[in-house]
Amino acid sequence: MDNQQSSLLKRISDWNDKEGSAVNIRANGKSVIRNTTENVSILTKEDKEGIDIIIKPGTKKENVHIPVIISESGMSELVYNDFYIGDNADVTIIAGCGIHNDGDRLSAHDGIHTFHIGKNARVKYREKHYGEGEGSGERIMNPQTEVFMDEGSSMDMETVQIKGVDSTVRITRAVVGKEAKLDIKEIIMTHGNQYAKTQFEVDLNGEESGVHVVSRSVAKDNSKQFFFSKINGNAKCMGHSECDAIIMDQACVSAIPEVTANNVEAQLIHEAAIGKIAGEQIMKLMTLGLTESEAEAQIINGFLK
Amino acid sequence: MLELKNISFEVNDKEDKKEILKDVTVKIDDRFIAITGPNGGGKSTLAKIIAGIERPTRGSILLDGVDITEKNITERARLGISYAFQQPVRFKGITVKDVITLAAGKHICTKEACTYLSEVGLCAKDYIDREVNESLSGGELKRIEIAMTIARGTKLTVFDEPEAGIDLWSFQNLIKVFEKLYKSVKGSVIIISHQERILNVAEKIILVSKGRIQEYDDKNKILPKLLNPAKGGCKFYKGDAYHG
Repeated sequence: MDNQQSSLLKRISDWNDKEGSAVNIRANGKSVIRNTTENVSILTKEDKEGIDIIIKPGTKKENVHIPVIISESGMSELVYNDFYIGDNADVTIIAGCGIHNDGDRLSAHDGIHTFHIGKNARVKYREKHYGEGEGSGERIMNPQTEVFMDEGSSMDMETVQIKGVDSTVRITRAVVGKEAKLDIKEIIMTHGNQYAKTQFEVDLNGEESGVHVVSRSVAKDNSKQFFFSKINGNAKCMGHSECDAIIMDQACVSAIPEVTANNVEAQLIHEAAIGKIAGEQIMKLMTLGLTESEAEAQIINGFLK
Repeated sequence: MLELKNISFEVNDKEDKKEILKDVTVKIDDRFIAITGPNGGGKSTLAKIIAGIERPTRGSILLDGVDITEKNITERARLGISYAFQQPVRFKGITVKDVITLAAGKHICTKEACTYLSEVGLCAKDYIDREVNESLSGGELKRIEIAMTIARGTKLTVFDEPEAGIDLWSFQNLIKVFEKLYKSVKGSVIIISHQERILNVAEKIILVSKGRIQEYDDKNKILPKLLNPAKGGCKFYKGDAYHG
């Protein structure tokens, strides 16, 4: 990796080679660093672009890093990453994508991640998206995540897109089994003329299954955001989605929730709030000696934490 | 010392102009002062004008001889004015430690932040990492607000009706906090209040009514008059009209 790629990697990942964990770093369409462990194997797909990540049953406290970086203007790719997480495993998967585009051609990464989570397995998934570069070429990321959760499993998923991604369409679908719990937190900030659309579709199929979808976003300048969520309660289950957005300047935010109960024992809640930063919040921080813009930055940083 | 010279404040009320404060002139140089008076008399407006949240229509404000009339909220905060809101503000994602650190104006360790919380009777470890959001009660927020003013340690602190929006139980605790603050505070404290027990903590009382300062004197001289309606006082201050 060159210096530019290394600095891009630092933006989206805290991986270091001393960690000894399983890793696959994809740079400009090629796997440049790969390490596997006794419990985690990473195999290149033969029929299409991407990898299979296979985690043995019972694997405890291991990290798996799979960052993607693109520093070549005009590079566009579609990658499939499939995760097979064995029963009773407890792992953290750190994904992320960084694009540096100094050229005038479009750079894009479309990643399709599929998780097959075994019985009573616990997965922590972290994903950071970041874009930079002086060129007029767009930086585009369209991640798709499919999650299949077996009995008693849990997944805690946090996705962050703070800066520099011109256009994103994020689709997350999950099928949640008996006593399985899915927690999703999405953090998005858009600026300039950026566009972000997120779409969640969760089927709560198992008895006592549950999902929390929380979206916190800030839309600045002329950016546009759309939030769609669809939760289907098909058994005795708990579903909750919450969209909370701060709107600024000439931005536009739209939230469309849908909850459908197909079972009398399904409990589904949706909350959505869109509004500007409250004047009293800015005023309070100003009485502590912050300027108006410092106060605004503090409020946004806290909100997107 | 805080000096208000000929302060007037007008608002547009439908077609007419309404004068909330009328030519208020006062020098405040005491340690613990309570401002009281009937609702709509101009107390909270006075507090907001001191903090820079409202600008007077006429008149000037001096802090230690320096004219601060044209200074904004931030500048006044930096010159040494603290202001505790009547309804404390909530923030999503910002923790108690964050707001205390911001109030202190410098990086402080968790232990130091905890000291300020302990001073207002909050068990620090239960609160330090909590978000200043809807999960905190009115009484808890009030105490955090007071902890913030202690962390700031400025020469002037204004509390706007600290008793507003809290239950009776929290109110008992709040009195203790103010009694403690009275002993430890280094600068001047101005408390706007309707509550006899808070007025009782003060050294001096300013009575504001109909947009003017009616009296400014020792607590011992003013309080008996307020508490004894037979002698022209007002039963309002006996505490039977609790403002929650």
